[in-house]
Formats: sequence, C-alpha cells, structure tokens
Amino acid sequence: MCSAKALLEVSGVGKRFGGLAALSEVSLTVQAGEIYGLIGPNGAGKTTLFNCLTGLYDLSEGQIRLAGEAIQGLKPHAIVQRGFARTFQNIRLFANMTALENVMVGRHPRTRAGILGSVLRTAAERREEAAIREAAHFWLERVGLNAKARSLAGHLPYGAQRRLEIARALATEPRILALDEPVAGMNPSERRDMADLFLRLRHDHQLTLLLIEHDVKLVMGLCDRVAVLDYGRKIAEGSPASVQRDPAVIKAYLGGHAA
Amino acid sequence: MISALRARPRLNLALLAILLALLPFIAGELIGQSGVRMLDFALLYVLLALGLNLVVGYAGLLDLGYIAFYALGAYFYAWLASPHFGLHLPFWMILPMGTLFAAAFGLLLGAPTLRLRGDYLAIVTLGFGEIIRIFMNNLNAPVNITNGPQGMDLIDPIQIAGVGFTGTHELFGLTLPATYLYYYLFLALTLVAILVAYRLQDSRIGRAWSALREDEVAATAMGINTRNLKLLAFAMGATFGGLAGGLFAAFQGFISPESFNLMESILILCMIVLGGMGHIPGVIVGAVLLTILPEALRYLGDLQRATLGEVIVDTANLRMLIFGLALVLMMLYRPAGLWPSRQRQRELTAKGEVAIHEQESLADVQR
Repeated sequence: MCSAKALLEVSGVGKRFGGLAALSEVSLTVQAGEIYGLIGPNGAGKTTLFNCLTGLYDLSEGQIRLAGEAIQGLKPHAIVQRGFARTFQNIRLFANMTALENVMVGRHPRTRAGILGSVLRTAAERREEAAIREAAHFWLERVGLNAKARSLAGHLPYGAQRRLEIARALATEPRILALDEPVAGMNPSERRDMADLFLRLRHDHQLTLLLIEHDVKLVMGLCDRVAVLDYGRKIAEGSPASVQRDPAVIKAYLGGHAA
Repeated sequence: MISALRARPRLNLALLAILLALLPFIAGELIGQSGVRMLDFALLYVLLALGLNLVVGYAGLLDLGYIAFYALGAYFYAWLASPHFGLHLPFWMILPMGTLFAAAFGLLLGAPTLRLRGDYLAIVTLGFGEIIRIFMNNLNAPVNITNGPQGMDLIDPIQIAGVGFTGTHELFGLTLPATYLYYYLFLALTLVAILVAYRLQDSRIGRAWSALREDEVAATAMGINTRNLKLLAFAMGATFGGLAGGLFAAFQGFISPESFNLMESILILCMIVLGGMGHIPGVIVGAVLLTILPEALRYLGDLQRATLGEVIVDTANLRMLIFGLALVLMMLYRPAGLWPSRQRQRELTAKGEVAIHEQESLADVQR
C-alpha cells in the first residue's frame, strides 16, 4: 500500500470542537528525509494538526500512520516512543530545571530504569544514568548550548530556549521532528542559524522535519515540499515555488477573489 | 589547605553522627523522658514529611489527605499485632506488608485523581483523608474491625532479638528506656528514607516527576507516561506514610482515629512548605522544627505562671497563634522556605540573573 519511503501518512483527518470544524479532510504524506513545510494564515489549523498528530487531541475522523503503523488514538507518550517528537509554539520548557536536565528528561522514552533500580542504584542504572548524561551533553552541543548546560532553562535568552526545546525533542531520538514556529520572534541572523541547524540535523541524523512557519522566505529556502492550510482544509501542496504561485494560496493570504 | 577543605565534609559528617547518637542522652538529661519522646516523634514526622515531599515537592501533586496513609499503616500494624484479632506477628513482617498495604491505597487514591490538577486534586485528596478517618471511626459494627472511636490499644511494641521495646533495658552497660531504643530504630529507618529520597531525586524517575510538576503537556511530549508516574508518586509517598504509621502504632501502643485528622495532614504539608519544598535538608528541618517548637511553646504556660502568677493565655491557643503567625511571616519573607534548594530559591526570588536577561533582550529589541 504505502511506498517504502512514506514516513508519515495523514489521510482524511478531521477535528471538530463542538460545531467548529478546525480541520477537515486533511491528507498529506511526508517522505523520509524530507523537510516538509506547513503554512497558512493564523487560525488555519496548523497547530491543531500538530496536536492531532502528536496525540494531544483525539481525531474526530481520519487516519495517521507513522512508518506504516497507525498511531491515531495513541497517547502522546506512546507516539513519542514510536519516534515522533515535537516542539511547541509557545515554548514549553521545564523552566526550573537546568538546560542539561531538560534534555535528560528527553531521554526518558529511550531508557528504562524503574523505581527499584533507582533506589538500589544498580550497576545497570548507573550505566544508564551516565549514558543519559552523555547523550544530553551531545544534543546540547548539537544545538550550541553546551556552555549553558547548568543554567536554568527559564533564565536562558529566548533564542536559546527555542534551541533547547529542539535539543530536548531530539534527545527522544525521533524519526520525525515537528517544529511549531521554531524561528518566531528571531532576528534574520538567528533565523539563518536555525535554518542551518535544521539542514545539519537532517544530514547528520537522517531526520525528517515537519515545520510550521510564517516566515515565507525561510520556508521557501528550506522546505522540499509545502502544504497550505486555510480554514482547516488543505488548499495546496507542492514545491515551494509552485505553491507560491497557486491562486488559492494567494487568495487565502491576501483575501478577495483569486486572480 | 585544599586537603583540609576536602577532609572537612567527612569531619562534619562524623560530628553529625556523634551528635545524632548522643542526642537522646542530651535530651534525656536536659528535659527527661518527654524530651526523648519528642525526638522520636520528630523522626516520625521527618519520615512523613519526606514521603509527602515526594508527592508534593517532586511530582507537584498537592495531597491534603496524606495522613490517611499514616493511619492505614498504623491500623495495619494494630490489626496484626494486638489482642484485637489475637494476632501477634513480628514487626519485621508487619512493617513491609503495611507499607505495601499503604502503597496499594496510594494507587487507589491516585487512580481517580489522574485527570485533576491543583485545587481540584487538593480537594479530592482531602476528601480521601477524611474518608479513611471516618471509616476508622465507624468500622466497629457490624463487624468490629477498628474498635471505632475508642481506638485500639495493647498494641505490641517492637521486639528485636528478644529485646522488647518496653520498660527499661540494660544494654552495653547503659540504662536505656524504650524511648531510647525507638529513637535509634527510627533514626536508622529515617536515614534509609533520606537515602531513598535522594536517590529518587537524582534518577530518571525523579526527573520525570520534576518534568510533570513543571509542565504536564511538555512532559507527555517527552514520552513520559504521566498516568504511571503520578500513580508511582502517590504509591511511593504512601509507602513512607505507611511505614511511619506502623512505627507510630508500635511506639504508642494505642491508636485512635482522632490521631489522623485533617490538621495532621496540613501540619505535614506545613513542614515541607516551611522547610523548603522539594529540598530534602529543608524538609527535615521543617519537620523537626514543627514537631519541637509547639512542644517547646507548652512551657510558655509555666513562664506565664512564673512571671504573671497565672496563666492568662491558654498555651494551646497560643501555640496555634504563634504557629499561624510564623507561617504568615515565612510566606512574606522567605517564601521558598527556611532552607530551600538553590533552584527553588531562584524561582521565587529571582532578581539578579533575570534582570541581566531582561537587559539583554531589551538590547536585542533596540538593535
């Protein structure tokens, strides 16, 4: 059925809040190794779709498959376990834990020490704990935050918080990472740095990225394919260049009648 | 110089150990038997506070019914070691079973509260605490399980290697009343509990609890099974409570439902808030202070009689008054507790570092 390379298949997904259809019949396919952009005007349903994909919302209808396995209806932690991590639009770090501890929490789904191992400090637990620490430093290094490992997350500057959230998500060893407006509020040079980081991550870790972003220039330069949402429906999909010319997209963004 | 500094913590530790070992003798000399009893109770409250700290301080679940687990542990001990059912099992069998029994009730309480947060959770747990107490108060008919409001007495004292913790013993050339023996037993168990609490704090589970406390949604997005971790927190907390309850029953020889009322739950919560929530040394200090200070305030009655010739303000009222005042002052001037963790101190009294970051971001905006 599915091609070997389709990592994420979303078919006919709908989400209603009471009478409001926040999403209807959204279908899209993300290939492994792709950087896939999701754009659309405010309130188009981008974050709602993210929440559906990562299990924070139950779907009203439709199917989501990750590497061929149906993941709709699973709890968020089970979806992370299967290799789907995310960041949040309004940064949600563990503000009173250090940067290092934040990333260490990210190792949770890939480690197993339980209450008994922790209390008895078994050899296996100590080994695992050392590995968690090492991995956390590795991911902090990747996003350029190792120097801040001991700072409280809540005290980091804004841009560093964004990057820390990415490091924390990466620590869960995702196959696909969903980023919700990762460069919002950043200046142009910071944005370029982030774009470089995304490219490096894809290259070095065979990571697939799903990206919500308002910065059209960034999306156009970075994404292999783009889908456009408007009023909860997908109105266009394709290469950045083709989407940019699509009359329906222009109409959605500028209002009025299509040219 | 450096080697001297390095040697210092060891020396401090050794001094602390000697102090802890001699403490009952000091208290016995200065105050008498009641002083040693006070120490015993202080240790029980340290156990309770450490347990509640796992739930409230680590996992951030506000539990106002914590005393229920203390009650369950105490009644469990009494059922298996008193003439009530004619059972007299040894303590080393009852205490582990009692902690498991309390842990099972921890799960039972946890299960229906999983979706609740903050105030709502507090109210449900408060209800649970009262339910247990009221059950204990009324389970004397049709089948007499708890002996109702009269409570259960003649509970077996702890007995180790043929030495019953009752009366006075001559050991190693020292005269040791039972309160002394209990002190050393409680101290040993408290030290184990402290070790367990520290290890949990610096573990995968402890970090997951902190994550849960900080942001539940982000925690689930990090692959943390919030349901299991909340249940685990309740069960672990209950374990400490159940252990303390069993010890309490053996120590007192008598238990009744009124020992387990809401005020006790609140008292234990006050201990950890006052000491420094989430910080083990702070929690211990809080528990010791709040056990000993009210006792010390009893002497205010004597003081009044000595200076004024009569007792003008009832000491019981005075104790609550001073207690309340102390809490208000604490919240105003040291909101993070007497001995908070560095982290929490920054969280509640953030000034310097934050100001620097604010200036930085201001600079960003201007650029």
